[in-house]
Amino acid sequence: MQSFQDIVFKLKQYWAERGCIIQEPYDVEVGAGTMCPETFLRVLGPDPYRVAYVQPSRRPADGRYGDNPNRLFKHSQFQVILKPSPDDIVEQYLGSLEAIGIDLRAHDIKFEEDNWEAPTLGAWGIGWQVMLDGLEISQFTYFQQCGGIDLDAVPAELTYGLERLTAFLQVCDSVYDIEWAPGFSYGDVRYREELQYSVYNFEMADIKTLWKLFDLHEGEATRLLAAYDPKSPEKKGFPLLPTYDHVLKCSNLFNTLDARGAISVTERVGVIQRVRKMAVGVAQAWSDQSRVEPVAEVAE
Amino acid sequence: MSLPFLLEIGTEEIPDWMITSALEDLREKFVALGIPHETARVDATPRRLVLRATGVPERQADSVERVQGPPKSAPPQAVEGFARKQGAAPTELAVETTPKGEYYVFHKKAAGRATKDILAAALPGMVLGIYFPKTMYWTGKGGPRFIRPIRWLVALLGGEVVPFEIGGVRSGSVSSGHRRLGAAEVPVTCADYERKLRENCVILSADERRQRIVDGLAGAKVDAVLLDTLVYLTEYPTAIEGGFDPAFLELPAEVLVTVMRHHQRYFSVEDADGKLLPRFFAVMNIGADPEGFVRRGNERVLRARFTDARFFWDSDQKKKLAERRKDLAAVTFQAKLGSYRDKARRMKALVKELGGKAAAVRAADLCKCDLTTELVKEFPELQGVVGGLYARAQGERADVWQAIYDHYKPVSMEDSIPRNAVGRIVALADKLDTLRGCFRVGLVPTGSRDPFALRRAAQGVVKILVEGGMALPLAGFLEGDAELTAFFQERVKFYFKDVRGFQYDEVNAAMAAGWSNLADLAARLERIRNLRQSPDFEPLAASFKRIRNILEQAKYEGGAGLSELLLEEEPEKELYREYRSILGQPIESVISRLRPKVDLFFDRVLVNAPLEEVRRNRLQLLYELRREFSKVADFSEIVTTS
Repeated sequence: MQSFQDIVFKLKQYWAERGCIIQEPYDVEVGAGTMCPETFLRVLGPDPYRVAYVQPSRRPADGRYGDNPNRLFKHSQFQVILKPSPDDIVEQYLGSLEAIGIDLRAHDIKFEEDNWEAPTLGAWGIGWQVMLDGLEISQFTYFQQCGGIDLDAVPAELTYGLERLTAFLQVCDSVYDIEWAPGFSYGDVRYREELQYSVYNFEMADIKTLWKLFDLHEGEATRLLAAYDPKSPEKKGFPLLPTYDHVLKCSNLFNTLDARGAISVTERVGVIQRVRKMAVGVAQAWSDQSRVEPVAEVAE
Repeated sequence: MSLPFLLEIGTEEIPDWMITSALEDLREKFVALGIPHETARVDATPRRLVLRATGVPERQADSVERVQGPPKSAPPQAVEGFARKQGAAPTELAVETTPKGEYYVFHKKAAGRATKDILAAALPGMVLGIYFPKTMYWTGKGGPRFIRPIRWLVALLGGEVVPFEIGGVRSGSVSSGHRRLGAAEVPVTCADYERKLRENCVILSADERRQRIVDGLAGAKVDAVLLDTLVYLTEYPTAIEGGFDPAFLELPAEVLVTVMRHHQRYFSVEDADGKLLPRFFAVMNIGADPEGFVRRGNERVLRARFTDARFFWDSDQKKKLAERRKDLAAVTFQAKLGSYRDKARRMKALVKELGGKAAAVRAADLCKCDLTTELVKEFPELQGVVGGLYARAQGERADVWQAIYDHYKPVSMEDSIPRNAVGRIVALADKLDTLRGCFRVGLVPTGSRDPFALRRAAQGVVKILVEGGMALPLAGFLEGDAELTAFFQERVKFYFKDVRGFQYDEVNAAMAAGWSNLADLAARLERIRNLRQSPDFEPLAASFKRIRNILEQAKYEGGAGLSELLLEEEPEKELYREYRSILGQPIESVISRLRPKVDLFFDRVLVNAPLEEVRRNRLQLLYELRREFSKVADFSEIVTTS
């Protein structure tokens, strides 16, 4: 039987052989692998990029105190970005499933329309959810826009839900029963984390403190964005990556406040707008900063 | 020589629901090219859109164009110049007599272009012009747009490739089989195309795929919409049967069926009495499941889904619907129209205005509370239904829980209206509140944009009022909003014309006599439809049109009472006596008596009598006649054939 980590190793190996950089998870909390700078910023501009990494993704509202066999506060996404997307991208993706031991002549694979959209990132794409014997195992997206910017090269983003995929391969009904490594179950490794974060996110997180933190991070990101000068000869060194970390902090605080029930439906739209404004600001500055030649301004 | 033509657009998986309309568009665009052909058929799987034509000529017919040059009297330089421009010697020109005199002309012969060349030039634009609701680009900014990336193109006219290119893909004669059961590259000809695909596990015909699925569904309820989805989600469909733990049957069938049908795309199975059985059919995109992998995989997914649903059902029961009312304050209905708690309050008031009693008020009070339950958050399509089921479980009266259950009905023109009177009133209040509120704050549908589904809501109101036989004055509930009234007028017309099949002139005639009470309007329309069978109907309608014109020309809008003493001529008196004798009787029983009198009147009597008094009296007679018989309909609106 393949362990959880065997599957991770095989996917990394498979995509490394296809020219991907194998990255480690980003070290700021995110809700999805898409939000990491390795995806969000690298898909901008015309330069080719290929990267794969496992990203622990936090969704505070999905926590279930470790009780629910299928739902997790934090799950592991295996994220692949291929920019530009190769012509045989679907074949390559199917090949990756075969590489982890799924015989696609004996299993049912379907590509069902599912267009992805992240309003807080000003990002959207066209694609599918990939169903394996009725189980959604992947999201497959051709990015069209990110940070409100039409993308020059169209990247393909593949995300694999590693827990689901492993449970499928190990024939487990509960994600906590899957074998992470010989002798250690997923529950051994992660149960306490699921329980404690559920308690914190749903019951104990101090709403005032979280709002204060949100305002602090927002303030810092906004201050930095205002200081970015596209005409400055030193703009290459401007700390946009640290600015983006503050945006990610805001996004995670928003999700936590939401799980805590501290954001009314009316407020929600407004807070999403605030995060989006920062994310779009970073994306635009990043695009500008990445240009090799300073582009002369076109008069209207 | 006449040739077959084959075009296959090979793509990545196209959303199933877009395929049939895209095919129709493809066919129309091909026909619009104007290339002669005997037959043209279109087919598709998720990965290919195919057009096949027969009887296409190799070349288009030769043509001769007549180009007129200078007049015969023109100087030789001008004639030479014209000839040079046409690439001809002056001796090749002819002189022809035209209405304006004699002119030089040149008969320019053009050989018919090769059809292959015409197709090569036209196909890229035709393919990329196929309409899809949402398109993407994949080769980079500024590249072609299509529904999904185009990965191969087959274009054959007879034995030859029609050469063109889209987004770096060149047309050829190589197709592609099923992603895993067929070859990636499948060389084809016009003749063997469908057979080659079949050998590579692609069934091109949607009908055949549909039949394959249906043949495998022994005993299942065949849901036509789901069936269509699966036909266009597969290239090689095979149905397999699975089962689930009968213990889940404790959950309401509505929840189980929603999970199976909408979330997992399974067909559910019922026994002869319509009771759900713990079985399902899934449709795979492969030929067989000898090891049972696919069946077991689907069964496990379904078990997890049902376990979730049971968890939500149980945890939702911990808080009754009535206790959730205050939570609705946090659920926005619409930014300018407040929360669902505000909406529920407005609905309660409206329910009373509509004549609802305690049960309807109770149902209105509770009907939106299920929006705060976990089960509805998980299965939004079950809103209302879940509320009704919880209300039943929490001991609400049958009419109350059924009203909650049904209050979104009818969701389409085919759907039924709420099953009981309480439900009908709550459903009306819900829809009227949405319509009034949205119109008040300017959220009015425009063109195809109707984000709040207001057309559907208004259509629902009309359907409930008519089919529920509710004699309520609709106009009294529209807050005197002229725009909303006009909106409803359109919906009422649509309902009676397009849904109920009345003639448009019947609808116009009946509505001109009032349309606020829709149950009454429906009854009057039935009467008109029956009256139309009478041979007297159309002539009488024509006479009413004449009466209307006379009154309009005279600008006569009624006046002093009719005076019997001023009636002069016999036909006039006869019509008057007839009118007096039938007053108050239904038109059905008097039409045959009335018609000859009216005809006679118009034959013999001049309305415009010299004496003003007499003239006014005649106008008054016509005016009263028209008023009396326009209570059912304004018959002058009827379009007569004679």
